[in-house]
Amino acid sequence: MANIRLYLKQTITYQLFLMFFKHVQEFLETFGNIAYQLVQVLKYLFSFQINFKQLIEQSSRFAVDSLPITLSIVAMTSIILAMQVAPEMVKQGGKDYIGLLVALTMVREIGVIMSGFAIISMIGSSQASELATMKVTDQIDAMKVLKVSPFKYLFLPRVLAGVIMMPFVVIIASAFGILAGGLTSMIAAKDVTWLCYISSVWQGLYIRDINIMLLKAACFGGCISLISSSCGYEAKGGAKGVGIATTKAVVWSFVAIVIADAIFAAAFYF
Amino acid sequence: MSINVENLTKEFDGKKVLDNISFKVEKGEILSIVGFSGSGKSTILKILCGLLQADSGNINIDEGDVAMVFQYSALFDSLNVFDNISFALQERKEFRNLYSKQELKDLVAKSLNTVGLPGIEDKFPHELSGGMQKRVSLARAIITKPKFILYDEPTAGLDPIASTVIEDYILRLRDETKATAIVVTHQMSTIKRCSDKLIMLYGGHIVFRGTPDDLLKQDNPYTKQFVSASIEGPMKIAASDF
Repeated sequence: MANIRLYLKQTITYQLFLMFFKHVQEFLETFGNIAYQLVQVLKYLFSFQINFKQLIEQSSRFAVDSLPITLSIVAMTSIILAMQVAPEMVKQGGKDYIGLLVALTMVREIGVIMSGFAIISMIGSSQASELATMKVTDQIDAMKVLKVSPFKYLFLPRVLAGVIMMPFVVIIASAFGILAGGLTSMIAAKDVTWLCYISSVWQGLYIRDINIMLLKAACFGGCISLISSSCGYEAKGGAKGVGIATTKAVVWSFVAIVIADAIFAAAFYF
Repeated sequence: MSINVENLTKEFDGKKVLDNISFKVEKGEILSIVGFSGSGKSTILKILCGLLQADSGNINIDEGDVAMVFQYSALFDSLNVFDNISFALQERKEFRNLYSKQELKDLVAKSLNTVGLPGIEDKFPHELSGGMQKRVSLARAIITKPKFILYDEPTAGLDPIASTVIEDYILRLRDETKATAIVVTHQMSTIKRCSDKLIMLYGGHIVFRGTPDDLLKQDNPYTKQFVSASIEGPMKIAASDF
């Protein structure tokens, strides 16, 4: 019997199952940790134990530090879109709809999701590595011994900064993207004028779209900060652990905002 | 203000790191815990200050703050010395409105004076030497006037002179604050100079109890091996323990 068990354990099928269950266990563990930390954050938020000094510092990092890269990515995406769409639309007689198309794409999708990606790579990774370094160098343990909750001091200001600042970043990035798209359209298609582009932008843009964009941005901002902080907080080991935590934070944040985006699309536009 | 530990047991991944450990530290006493790497010394400290949960056993600590000085200081590297030392006073509810800004400054200055580092409030941890970081860490630990101080290898990585300075401060803090202390250490000088009594851990058990003098005098094979730093003896260390 023992021999059969040993033989079974050496089979590829067993190894594959083992690997699969290990990944499932890891997934559930991470998900559970994030859920627990969210509850802790909400507990401190609703008891209004907010460290405003930290909140201002984190908000400044979230918005100001990430703005150049976010603007660049969103503008480039808009330029690429306009370069490909504008000449075709003019050919098909739809030059009056170029602004509408670019604006809707920006506001409903590209502005938020591209800003999210930029912020994950710029801010999420930095939050994860910062907390992971604090974890592996005992700074978080020191904080606990000093009887200061890391959820209150580290998590809450970061998550709140994400929720508050991300809508501002997205609004600026989307506006920048729409303007960049307009300039590109004028260069890419001769017949498109600035006036024609801008009036078409206002034609198809509704306040509901902007509200949904802001709600989505706030949700993405909170998700990115929470997941990044959580992955950093759960880091183990030394430098390798910091690297693993940072990678995990980036991957989880990417997946989370794409899933959240799909939920928003299904809830509001389906 | 005593610490009483009874039948403490802790397992990691099926391996018993602490197996029915019992000891008592009286008020104002300094107990040293010695033993080879991986013998569970730091685990005891982490359980005592609440960072880890014991699997079983009783810990009775009289009421009062427990402070810990970490092996590598664990100063918050994004904060300057002032904010590091006053961190608990600024962030904890019970202290937050207790002191004015000036009183906080005075308290930090006094704390820094106690550890012989006046006027470095604006410096950041990376601007300090290892010994200075340890002393700032001591200052941070004592600012809340704790009744218990736990030292995790306070002289690790320091040169002999810096180690002596830290040992002096451990004794001075005991005399000034009357705090009960536990020191986890490998260093004989720290054991001899700072301990009132000590325990030695091996394989999850206490293999020696006594005073620093007993450690040198007794015919215990474990202490003999530890004092002579010999590979030969009852304590076998796997290469993976290093």
